[in-house]
Amino acid sequence: MATASPTIGLHDDHAHGHHEQSFISKYVFSTDHKVIGIQFLVTTLFMLLVGGALALAVRWQLAFPWTKMPIIGDLFGFLSGTGTSIFAGEGGQISPEFYTMLFTMHASVMIFLVIIPVLAGAFGNFLIPLQIGADDMAFPVLNMLSYWFMWPAIACFGFSFFAGGVTAGPAAGWTSYPLLSDLAQAAPGSGAAQTWWLMGLTLVGVSSMMGSVNYMTTIINMRAPGMTLFRMPLTIWSMFITAILQAFALPVLTAAGFMQVADRLLGTVFFIPADIIVNNAEPTIGGGQPLLWQHLFWFYSHPAVYIMLLPAMGMVSDMLACMCRKPIFGYKPMVYSMSAIAGLGFIVWGHHMFTSGMNPALGMSFMTSTMMIALPSAIKTFNWLGTIWGGRLQFNTVLLNCLAFVSMFIVGGLSGIFMAAVPVDIYFHDTYFIVAHFHYVLFGATLFGVFGAIHFWFPKMFGRMMNDSVGKLHFALTFIGFNGTFFPMHLLGIAGMPRRYADPYLHPWMEHLKSMNQFMTYCAILMGIAQFLLIGNFIYSIFKGKKTGRNPWGANGLEWSAPSPPGHGNFDVPPVCYRGAYEYSSPEAELVDQDFILQTEPPPESPTNSESADH
Amino acid sequence: MKKFWALFFFFWPILAVYVCWIAPSRGWWFPSEAMSPLGKEIDGLFYLILGIVTITFVGTQFALGWVLWRGAVKDENEKAEFSHGSHSLELIWTIVPAFILVFIALYQMDVWMKFRVQAKFPDEARSAPVVEVTARQFEWRMRYPAPGKLLQDSPQPDDLYAVNEMHVPSGRPVRFNLISDDVQHAFFAPQLRVKQDAVPGLIIPVWFEVPVPGEYDLLCAELCGWGHYKMRATIFAEPQDVYEEYLTNLEQEQNFDGVVPETDEDE
Repeated sequence: MATASPTIGLHDDHAHGHHEQSFISKYVFSTDHKVIGIQFLVTTLFMLLVGGALALAVRWQLAFPWTKMPIIGDLFGFLSGTGTSIFAGEGGQISPEFYTMLFTMHASVMIFLVIIPVLAGAFGNFLIPLQIGADDMAFPVLNMLSYWFMWPAIACFGFSFFAGGVTAGPAAGWTSYPLLSDLAQAAPGSGAAQTWWLMGLTLVGVSSMMGSVNYMTTIINMRAPGMTLFRMPLTIWSMFITAILQAFALPVLTAAGFMQVADRLLGTVFFIPADIIVNNAEPTIGGGQPLLWQHLFWFYSHPAVYIMLLPAMGMVSDMLACMCRKPIFGYKPMVYSMSAIAGLGFIVWGHHMFTSGMNPALGMSFMTSTMMIALPSAIKTFNWLGTIWGGRLQFNTVLLNCLAFVSMFIVGGLSGIFMAAVPVDIYFHDTYFIVAHFHYVLFGATLFGVFGAIHFWFPKMFGRMMNDSVGKLHFALTFIGFNGTFFPMHLLGIAGMPRRYADPYLHPWMEHLKSMNQFMTYCAILMGIAQFLLIGNFIYSIFKGKKTGRNPWGANGLEWSAPSPPGHGNFDVPPVCYRGAYEYSSPEAELVDQDFILQTEPPPESPTNSESADH
Repeated sequence: MKKFWALFFFFWPILAVYVCWIAPSRGWWFPSEAMSPLGKEIDGLFYLILGIVTITFVGTQFALGWVLWRGAVKDENEKAEFSHGSHSLELIWTIVPAFILVFIALYQMDVWMKFRVQAKFPDEARSAPVVEVTARQFEWRMRYPAPGKLLQDSPQPDDLYAVNEMHVPSGRPVRFNLISDDVQHAFFAPQLRVKQDAVPGLIIPVWFEVPVPGEYDLLCAELCGWGHYKMRATIFAEPQDVYEEYLTNLEQEQNFDGVVPETDEDE
């Protein structure tokens, strides 16, 4: 892109060079990053409802074990062939293998079809070209493919529900540890269902990898003139770092996935030791090592935790600065700490395996690196607090969700310290304490960040505002429901309640925890219902929301200099960037009588500078 | 409304701390105090971290509430502070947490080594294991050596077997071998604060010590299939003489069959 000065001709080219697109090429197989981003967003919001429904089914079983489950107890009659419900014989109560399937698929859907694609897929796609001042991604067709590879993945995951029979979906947990996942005889869900699950996982990986290559190339090569690396919004930094993480970590998971598929279908024994007899099947031939899977899986999945968090951190930084009308506190420390998180993220995977039987000396080194990764997270938190301090706060839905992000992230970060400490983790490993911890990070932090981001960038996507009152109500109900559901999980974990139990109350010493589980389920239902406010607000506002101009929030980023919604090619004038993205309330901004100054706005008091940059 | 939201973010950490405060009295806390010396050390480390974390939690959440309150009462027309950050603040909040985190990490090493590094096991736990625990779908199987013998790695003809009952002598460190017959499981004794995965193909030495005779729970903590939740067993810690009596009874029970006494040789 261009050092050439913008002319009217160029402008016309950009804004109107796209009349002859059919509906299909404009909205379905579109190569426009904005359309792809919105496609990702709508898809992931739909998947959020699917994953949420699975979670509610899990919660029902934990609160009212072995009672008739609403809806699911009556469902699937048509699949059983007899016209009655699959669980009719049990009076509508689900089976334990169905329960293991429920939490396996809840995690799989939420991680692979919601969190990862909503951050990198939806917001990465929508924001990267707009925020760096490019007219599209570096590889638009690859970008389109990265979205359309999600659908075969969704189909594989969907098919895995039924591949082995309706009550035998994949049930080895989202971590799919061998041998449970590796040997078809090990569990009802380890048959065909597991193979389809692995295919789905691989296809999600293909989609992410296409995105990753595209994001890196775009961010390196297609920045507008003047958009130096240290003028980039933190969203872009976070997307860039995330893309690098994906590029380096994903191949390992893909390889591991293929190894498991080979074990299952081709008779290899990567993860299978000798002479194991599962469910009276033939003894295994052996030679493999189940721990190998854990190492490979977590070598991807730990960096993936940051793939699921960093973009939200970046977006929240942008939104906080805007809603506090203040520059981000410590921009460079923010960038460095994200880089540190990414770097350290590659050498902490063993903390998922403290009790696995790996060499205990490894436990000590992984503990130290894990403790150290808390440091950049702490630095970021302090910087967010510094950003809010002394700001002129706009208490709207966006700010509230960002505050929830910070507040919840603190909890998720602090609870992580218990698990990072190996001796304490001996007790906490695989209890509800872990479940509490990662929900505080993935839901409490990431999803609140995403809710904020949806409200914040909605006007840029559709040219209309979302309703702020409904947004606040959605925020408040979600926040209360969230904490009511997940905070008690810490206490369940301290009480020793293990994860993935279809019926913990079989053990008399956990019976008294049932009433607490029931309270949590009520809160989860509240939280689930609250999401319809978001969906309703989203759909209503697309068509009926208040129309808005280019820059409804008075923000600085390049995306706000484009029309809302931007046409194909994004900018009517190719943008030139004059300053960082966070110059709120700066002396420069005061000169033009505003509390913000767009990155594209030439410095007001020094015409010579702007001349030389322009020509 | 602004003040409401500032108080909203003040309120929830107070509620959270209150819930944690009353939790032990409501039974929302450890199932019992740690019943093993190592478990007590683990609990000590837990409370140390809990202290540090609580101070940090209250401090940061209070700071959040405070900056929000300041923002909420700020005059609409007053402009925001213009600041890009502070180098000295960054240094402080990098160095101070770094020291605390490194301290926590180093402080944990000893207990971990005692639990897992064989060279650091107590002497009694370095000698032969008293029992081999086999996890399988969905039960725990014990293999004891015949009274007076040592446990061998491979099963012996006179070995004694029991299901879902683990008897160990109390009052001294006890070492056992943990293996898995089929998929991965995990040996979890919540009151003793012991957890160790049973990995197919590996023999993993584990030890614990129960000073007080009694019955303790044993359950599975690694997803092992549909019946994962059903792997319920009991650890019986008994004085040495009761333990030996149990083994003798077990031997008699196993070797004596009133109906077909000849089967002795078939074993």
